[in-house]
Amino acid sequence: MPSIVKPVAMHPSLKKNNLGLTVRDYEGSMSTLCAGCGHDSITAAIIRAFWELSTPPHRIAKLSGIGCSSKTPTYFVSGAHGFNSAHGRMPAIATGANAANRELLYIGVSGDGDSLSIGMGHMAHAIRRNLRMAYVIENNGVYGLTKGQFSASADIGSKSKKGEANRMSPIDPVMLALSLGATFVARSFSGDKEQLVPILKAAFSHRGFALIDVVSPCVTFNDHAGSTKSYLYSRQHQYKATESDFVPPASEIVAHIGMANGHVTESTSVTMHDGSVVKFRTLPEGYDPTNRQKVYSYLQEQQGKGEVPTGLLYLDESVGDVHEMNNTPDEALISVPYEKLCPGNAELQKLLDEFR
Amino acid sequence: MKPTDVRNPDYFHKVVDCQWGCPAHTNVPEYIRMIAQGRYSDAYMLNRESNVFPGVLGRTCDRPCEPACRRGRLEDAKPVAICRLKRVAADHRDDITDRLPTAPEKKNGKRVACIGAGPASLTVANDLMPLGYEVTIFEKQDKPGGLMRTNIPSFRLPEQVLDDEIGYILNMGVDIRYGSPVKSLKAIASEYDAVFVGSGAPRGKNLELPGRDETDRIHLGIDWLESIAFDHVTSIGEKVLIIGVGNTAMDCCRSSLRMGGKDIKVMARRPRAYFKASPWELEDAEEEGVEIVINHAPKRFVVENGKLKGMEFERLEWDADAKKSTVIDTVFLPADDVILAIGQDNAFPWIERDMGIEFDKWDMPKVDKVTFESARPGVFFGGDAAFGPKNIIWAVEHGHQAAVSVHNHCQGIATSERLPVGMNLIPQKMGLSEWSYHNDFNPSKRQKMTHVDLVERFKNLNVEVETGFTAEQTAREVQRCLNCDIETVFTAKRCIECDACIDICPVLCLTIARDGEEDELRTRLSAPATNLDQALYASEPLPQTKRLMVKDEDVCVHCGLCAERCPTAAWDMLKLDLTIPLVGNTLCNQSSTTAPAPVLV
Repeated sequence: MPSIVKPVAMHPSLKKNNLGLTVRDYEGSMSTLCAGCGHDSITAAIIRAFWELSTPPHRIAKLSGIGCSSKTPTYFVSGAHGFNSAHGRMPAIATGANAANRELLYIGVSGDGDSLSIGMGHMAHAIRRNLRMAYVIENNGVYGLTKGQFSASADIGSKSKKGEANRMSPIDPVMLALSLGATFVARSFSGDKEQLVPILKAAFSHRGFALIDVVSPCVTFNDHAGSTKSYLYSRQHQYKATESDFVPPASEIVAHIGMANGHVTESTSVTMHDGSVVKFRTLPEGYDPTNRQKVYSYLQEQQGKGEVPTGLLYLDESVGDVHEMNNTPDEALISVPYEKLCPGNAELQKLLDEFR
Repeated sequence: MKPTDVRNPDYFHKVVDCQWGCPAHTNVPEYIRMIAQGRYSDAYMLNRESNVFPGVLGRTCDRPCEPACRRGRLEDAKPVAICRLKRVAADHRDDITDRLPTAPEKKNGKRVACIGAGPASLTVANDLMPLGYEVTIFEKQDKPGGLMRTNIPSFRLPEQVLDDEIGYILNMGVDIRYGSPVKSLKAIASEYDAVFVGSGAPRGKNLELPGRDETDRIHLGIDWLESIAFDHVTSIGEKVLIIGVGNTAMDCCRSSLRMGGKDIKVMARRPRAYFKASPWELEDAEEEGVEIVINHAPKRFVVENGKLKGMEFERLEWDADAKKSTVIDTVFLPADDVILAIGQDNAFPWIERDMGIEFDKWDMPKVDKVTFESARPGVFFGGDAAFGPKNIIWAVEHGHQAAVSVHNHCQGIATSERLPVGMNLIPQKMGLSEWSYHNDFNPSKRQKMTHVDLVERFKNLNVEVETGFTAEQTAREVQRCLNCDIETVFTAKRCIECDACIDICPVLCLTIARDGEEDELRTRLSAPATNLDQALYASEPLPQTKRLMVKDEDVCVHCGLCAERCPTAAWDMLKLDLTIPLVGNTLCNQSSTTAPAPVLV
């Protein structure tokens, strides 16, 4: 725990976004995680992404379960709504919240324990419902809060701090999400904000469920030689399969494309539901980020070689989210008058009478 | 970019902007922390080591430290009130006489003469007496202090403060000879082992305009102030014009108000942005009702029948950067007295030109900028006498350096042989997230000095205008100091590039960046590093990616969070302790046999 809160002093050149807010306005309280935790870097990336998008803090809902990762929503956007749920139940709570108010921007922060062990069933269903939310898994391969046991994402052969090797097969959230029909699948590394921030911005603009698996080294229990989720291993094995830029909607597109000229020879673009564009700057030969089968086999092949492919790996904007699938009203249910939402006992009796 | 050489004491010294900016390199953050702890005497003694006259300077210093202060580059743009805090230490100290340096009974057999009892000579005496030198000071007045006494009015600097601090030096047994203007340097040089000339710049500049010599109501500013100090003058006319707008002009106009002046105008040739006076001195004068008139160039004195009526001025219009002017018209302003405060000159009619001291074309002695030695070995100059009018704190520093030279000269060591500045870097970590210093940032505004009310202050010339900080003001102001001497020190080989320091830094000082030339690197940091006066601290290539850790020192608030959030202690907070070699301070007497070696990290 730091001795002081972050000083209010700011750099004189600090810029303001469209809402007149500085990046400091998107901070939360001081992190109580271990010094050097990858999660804190992800928090910083989330802060930057929201600031760059000029998202009004009160339009954000941040949710989490239990674990080191699940503490982090406290550390960003203190002006947002928040819910810290039971272990693994964050996707269920998010589903309920989203059902009631589809107008907020939902971000769930979870970890490999919260999402791949106790909460995997909940996550799987949020994926197949295409719940509109950004779902960040801060993946460090260990249970940091209970002193570093292997988690479900630990690779076979990866060594614990005491030297014991993991023998159980890992659950890979990226492959899992692809097989469950996820519409936005990305992987990144906490030590690479240049990659992570645009992915987060694209995820916040995505039409449905956006899964971002972020390798986030546990500096206390999993940053040693023999670990496959250490800073050093991640740097040595991170393979940037795709590189993409996020171009927000409206006027700014022109400027961004102009800037991108010269870098880009061939590029694939995917237009998002809200008019923004994801531009893929580099892709492996023959790679199509909108073709689930091809992405799946590419990733299998690369991971077989021991690489950790990162980037925005799969994107499908054609599938409607849970509200579209269920034909709910365009407006948030919380703004539908109660009488309309719940027609009352008299109407219920009328309905029951039809079956008598 | 090359890795920054932090083994050179200058690098971290420059980070402590106030200490670097101070000619005498007073350890400002350390004494501010002492004040914060209520250790006023310790703070006073630390000040005294470098600046010798903390009480005097706490009221009158030109404060080069304050414009340099890092706090002034943050949002509220107001530096720490360093000078006022210095006065707090002086005002609240206990009796410190038993902590002062003393002269040994047994002298070392070397005799040193100082000309003039101003701050430069007094500093030389202060530094040399403890080593057993016999120091004689020749002073033309009946009291010591030089311009500190004669030119700074007592409503700014009470006589008692001056007497106390000069007394600390003279009481070591300095042989001071009052009423002894030196007539011949040659005679003195032949009697002493070394001579230090600290005679100041005693001659006020004249304004040769028509009418100048037809009346006795035109005064030279510094002479007039001196006459007040020695009670030779007790009144002035109602309408007074002050010509010039430097700090002496400010003292003249405010003194005029206390001598019976009612309508005081300070006449400036150029616009306000080009005034020489310190902003706070201008403010204080205007608060008392002095009018400052810009763009007026003196044309002639109007004297009728031997009586001064006033002055004619040309009203000027200046171009954008006030280089060229055009005359609009001529105006007449009535005056009973005119005071000239347009600068000072040196004058050395008493130095024989055949004694080996060389003079330049402006008739100033040629003086070495490091050793303060003239062309004649054993004759040294310092203070205003060396390089023209500066201020007290420069005079003190000249005195320190000249004392080193005098010592070398007398001991048969080359005056150019000088000890290097040394440094220690002292760990400040007391435990997990625990530091020896108060690392939190206090957003308080700069405390404003309160003044004695306008009616009260004019009752008597000696009423000190500034009341000094209250306990509450002091408590707030000390917390505004950013502790810049608690340095952020980086060890590249420990870094795992987790970004924790970058994410936590409140002022975007840190970046892990690809290597590049400094100019280009400055543009792609977390925040653009546009202040070229402030260094970039670049590391060795980092172990994992060979990128560099780069710190822009500019607005670091020294909160220590980078070090707290660093999992490997690659960042640490170490206190810079400079050893500045002075002949009189005990630290350097110990180290004068073995030069202080920089401590490496």
